[in-house]
Amino acid sequence: MPEKVLMKGNEAVAEAAIKAGCRYFFGYPITPQNDIPEYMSRRMPEVGGEFLQAESEVAASNMVYGAAGAGARVMTSSSSPGISLKAEGISYIVGAELPAVIVNIMRGGPGLGGIQPSQADYFQATKGMAHGDIRLGVLAPYSVQELVDLTYVAFEMADKYRNPMLILGDGMIGQMMEPVEFKEEVDPEELPRKEWATDGSPGRERNKLTSLALDAKVLEDLNLKIKDKYDRMREEEVRYDEYRLDDAEIAVVAFGTTARICISAIDELREEGVKVGLLRPISLFPFPSDPIADLCGQVDQVLTVEMNTGQMVEDVRMAVSGRCPVEFYGRTGGVVPSIEELKEKILELRGEK
Amino acid sequence: MMEKIASYPDALTDETFHYCPGCTHGITHRQVAEVIDELDIREETIGVAPVGCSVLAYEYFDCDFQEASHGRAPAVGTGIKRVHPDKTVFTYQGDGDLASIGTAEIVHAANRGENITTIFINNAIYGMTGGQMAPTTLEDQKTTTSPYGRDLKKAGNPIKVTEMLSELDGPAYLARVSMHDTKHIRQAKKAIKKAFKAQHQKAGFAMVEVVSTCPTNWGMSPLDAMEWLEENMLPKYELGEFVDEVEVE
Repeated sequence: MPEKVLMKGNEAVAEAAIKAGCRYFFGYPITPQNDIPEYMSRRMPEVGGEFLQAESEVAASNMVYGAAGAGARVMTSSSSPGISLKAEGISYIVGAELPAVIVNIMRGGPGLGGIQPSQADYFQATKGMAHGDIRLGVLAPYSVQELVDLTYVAFEMADKYRNPMLILGDGMIGQMMEPVEFKEEVDPEELPRKEWATDGSPGRERNKLTSLALDAKVLEDLNLKIKDKYDRMREEEVRYDEYRLDDAEIAVVAFGTTARICISAIDELREEGVKVGLLRPISLFPFPSDPIADLCGQVDQVLTVEMNTGQMVEDVRMAVSGRCPVEFYGRTGGVVPSIEELKEKILELRGEK
Repeated sequence: MMEKIASYPDALTDETFHYCPGCTHGITHRQVAEVIDELDIREETIGVAPVGCSVLAYEYFDCDFQEASHGRAPAVGTGIKRVHPDKTVFTYQGDGDLASIGTAEIVHAANRGENITTIFINNAIYGMTGGQMAPTTLEDQKTTTSPYGRDLKKAGNPIKVTEMLSELDGPAYLARVSMHDTKHIRQAKKAIKKAFKAQHQKAGFAMVEVVSTCPTNWGMSPLDAMEWLEENMLPKYELGEFVDEVEVE
């Protein structure tokens, strides 16, 4: 049995990356994710890896592009405003079909915003990360243990699909401490060779990595090839969890930190006899649309709770397609909803039935 | 017995250059390729292409290549070099790419002493986008975005990147060369070779600024462009080796 250790989310994701075979990290300080580059700067030399504090997030994401192209398992992390800056590199990483892992420990926006937990980057993460017809696989953990487990998944998926993966946490997940255990370590030397990498290997045709295609048909073909990967992800990579949904009349849909608060509210309401359960999307792309659509036959209504003014709720409504009412409750700007206010909202819905 | 004294470099592919007639990119490409051949590093070299006229450099150099976003080639090169510290990594960038949008990346790569080689083409104009003002555009020089000539009061001053970087402690080799005549072309080749040797000696960052022409966007014949370069650019962009810590072999 692996030993359990008490770790802060930010440090746990860094250690999980190293255990998943990541040996290259390029970052830039921004609160509330500074523990990640700090941990990496300490640990990477111990495992023969490289840590580099870049001159900017823009540079960091382009260093990731270079290292990913050179065949390495590589990661960068940031928080909301910094992710906006990394967007340039991320689009090129998608275009050149390279694997990389990006961590966003979200804080409140827009602009400089604040440093408290937020889920306001849902749209950015799942739909509008950067220019071009691109998607990232997006994984949203609700505990430090899940953050660790999904980090391994993110590196595996990145290599499998040759597409960047985003781990979407928030200031709460990053800062809180929980006991975690790590799966078996991946030795990067044992990973399959990346035949396409620009690693200066002799005795083969040269490798070129580019996202430039001046011929529209060639560029369309590249886009369709990338789309095929997203379709495959929709078939093979949907992840979600259900909690006390069996006999539920109201289904709450929430991810990450918000889902934890919803679970506490659901437990208390169940004590009072309220039939309420939770569907928790873990992969935000691909989105668990089918299981959410399936709720319609069972529950009377769906409540989406987020730490923003209503983003994932659009995907929930699309999945439900008008077959049952979808309500939204959100707090934003770094305000974390309380168990009490969630209970009140759910009871209010029940009263309206 | 016949001796072969010149041939097409192995490090160039058979692709036909897309560069305009008279543009000096072709000469510089050839020189970089010859240096790669002479150092016998073609199969262990990874190039990084910029955004600009030489965006398609990866079609011409017969080695591994990554195409970077605008200005970020030194960051991309850093990523590659950190993964493969014993391979040869070079960036090839123009003046819009390196001296405008990419100033942070070049300054910090140089300052870290990142062990890569940069070939910096300074032709005082944006070529690919059709002749707009570059940070290196000279005073009163007319471009499509400085139609009355570059007004220093409003558009700032021509930037001397090599002098600027020579104030840093990271660079091991910094030189400015010119492509306007045979004598200077021969000197340029020597500088480019030294810039690769600096990397192989793990001495630190190395860059050669190549003062170049753009006959198309300057609106001149190739010959007039060479003369214009000599008369107008060289007084502003002094030639020479600004930093040289390369050990003589």
